[in-house]
Amino acid sequence: MSNLEINLGGLKMKNPVTTASGTFGFGPEYAPYIDLNQLGAIVVKGTTLEPRKGNATPRIAETPSGILNCIGLQNPGVDYFIEKSLPYLKEYDTPVIVNISGNSVEDYAEITRRLSQADGVGALEVNISCPNVKQGGMVFGTSCTAAADVIRVVREYTTLPLIAKLSPNVTNIVEIAQAVVEAGADALALINTLLGMTIDIHKRKPVLGNIMGGLSGPAIRPVAVRMVWQVAQAVDKPILGMGGIMNADDAIEFILAGATAVAVGTANFVNPRATMDVLEGIKQYMEKYGVNDINDLVGAAWK
Amino acid sequence: MSFSGLSKVISNEKTGPQQFLIVLHSPELTKQAKPGQFVHVRVNGLSDPLLRRPISLHEIDYASGNVSLLYQVVGKGTELLSGVPAGAEVDVMGPLGNGFWIPEGVKRVLVVGGGIGNAPLLPLVKELKDRGVEQTVLLGGRTVDYVAGLEGFKSVGVTVETATDDGSLGRKGFVTQLAEDIFTLDKPDYFFACGPEPMLKQLIITADKYGISGQVSLEERMGCAVGACLACVCKIKVKTDEAGWDYKKVCVDGPVFEASEVVFDV
Ligand SMILES: Cc1cc2nc3c(=O)[nH]c(=O)nc-3n(C[C@H](O)[C@H](O)[C@H](O)COP(=O)(O)OP(=O)(O)OC[C@H]3O[C@@H](n4cnc5c(N)ncnc54)[C@H](O)[C@@H]3O)c2cc1C
Ligand SMILES: Cc1cc2nc3c(=O)[nH]c(=O)nc-3n(C[C@H](O)[C@H](O)[C@H](O)COP(=O)(O)O)c2cc1C
Ligand code: FES
Repeated sequence: MSNLEINLGGLKMKNPVTTASGTFGFGPEYAPYIDLNQLGAIVVKGTTLEPRKGNATPRIAETPSGILNCIGLQNPGVDYFIEKSLPYLKEYDTPVIVNISGNSVEDYAEITRRLSQADGVGALEVNISCPNVKQGGMVFGTSCTAAADVIRVVREYTTLPLIAKLSPNVTNIVEIAQAVVEAGADALALINTLLGMTIDIHKRKPVLGNIMGGLSGPAIRPVAVRMVWQVAQAVDKPILGMGGIMNADDAIEFILAGATAVAVGTANFVNPRATMDVLEGIKQYMEKYGVNDINDLVGAAWK
Repeated sequence: MSFSGLSKVISNEKTGPQQFLIVLHSPELTKQAKPGQFVHVRVNGLSDPLLRRPISLHEIDYASGNVSLLYQVVGKGTELLSGVPAGAEVDVMGPLGNGFWIPEGVKRVLVVGGGIGNAPLLPLVKELKDRGVEQTVLLGGRTVDYVAGLEGFKSVGVTVETATDDGSLGRKGFVTQLAEDIFTLDKPDYFFACGPEPMLKQLIITADKYGISGQVSLEERMGCAVGACLACVCKIKVKTDEAGWDYKKVCVDGPVFEASEVVFDV
């Protein structure tokens, strides 16, 4: 048996396959299709301090090999999450990574405090990269100082493994990565969606209710692989790689570029068993090439 | 356990201008299916188009394990689906959504459909018939060619009346005008409807005037169709909410909602 176990900044995972925040709900949505126990971890929908209604519809538009979304962080708030969603997730033998967002540094601090006191949280993924909310989100993730400020404050409030989720909508992803590692991040998640838009030529109006949205799916994969490649070589922290992973081949590409773990996002919509197919395919790849430990593949394309 | 996988295409035939009926052999899916539910269809195995397409169940045949979908070709996805030959396999997920429910004590109902929105009403009409609920079915469309599924409804043996925008079939005008006539003449105790938003909106206003409640089936763009992505939301009245409404998911909380609870944007 080859080893699939990895360590994502202090979070032990039985395999490197997890879910991208916002594409997997809070877990039960996909339970009729896959065994959640088989996942390396579950990353839940972005959670904020207060409940949020999110943006107007249409919230999704299809583009070539991708989708644009402007959900706008609709979620029932952190207290509801702790009371209602966590107990369900605790029943599974799979660590839970809570993705958090805020409008201010104080929001991030408070939500971190509450989650750190709750039972059953495996790690925090700090979203400083959401392109779909006016305040907060991406504004934190596109400036090195603001990104570092958020991570530094969150760090003060928790001993949980801290994963900083980076925005690709920046000129230099390496600088941001270095700044958040300096501020105390244990791991990095990349990439979030790329800001984009599409126009209905018959109505002569933008398709999305929020005009702009975040691009995900296979269309963004080469950008994501490039960013993982650059960041992995510049910082000494594990990376959770994502962006257009549809199958095991795609996931392995991320691992070879330097990702220790991978998240399956948009692919879940297309194939509700995508995470399991990725996991199965990784095992087959390891067998085919006689790889005994998944960790030997991390960054193997440049090491 | 929800079904997700390949289902064999028994037939896929043109039934009108840009309109097709696909019959799928999918016993696992069929045995769980109820009127008003839908399936999420992958039109090809490629990454473009990437997303699945939500399409309602038009016929549910428990005996043969077949379901059929009646669909209008409106873009790339439905165009590709129309080209899938009999004998091929299509990747479908389902049945999804809540479906229609028939409230206790309802004896006489009005069923109102517009255009391709007629599609999910056929299994409902059959179930109402089986349960001995008296019904009048009103079907509308732009022209005679767009009154989707008409023959199927007629063959159930219930009263079917039609309206078309151009008068090429039945009454000239909107199906909602037919509905209003019935509300005044022969008041039903309940209604079920599916169709374009302006039609549903008008129907709800009219029904409300006569104090008749009902259910409507809504459409919204979808990602996952299982409640995970929050793409497909619509506004539903919620008393506990400050604004009086909250977003509900068409894919799992719907597609069928209590008519009086739907909030339409103006
Ligand atoms: C619950 C439900 C049941 C439906 N039942 C039927 C049915 O029985 N028969 C039928 O012909 N159509 C039905 N529709 C509409 C059908 O989903 C769309 O016509 C179809 O997705 C269009 O895809 P396309 O690629 O041809 O069009 P495009 O316009 O190229 O599609 C672009 C994107 O927009 C989405 N989209 C476009 N129109 C709609 C729409 N009206 N509703 C939801 N998403 C849309 C597509 O899924 C795709 O993601 C239903 C929709 C929903 C939500
Ligand atoms: C519908 C949708 C909702 C998302 N919501 C969130 C979110 O709440 N928080 C977050 O950090 N990322 C969110 N993302 C971004 C994904 O987690 C992921 O970073 C991105 O989609 C790229 O991966 P993919 O191409 O595999 O989907 C969302 C993406 C989609 C498509
Ligand atoms: S389509 Fe994803 S929540 Fe409804």
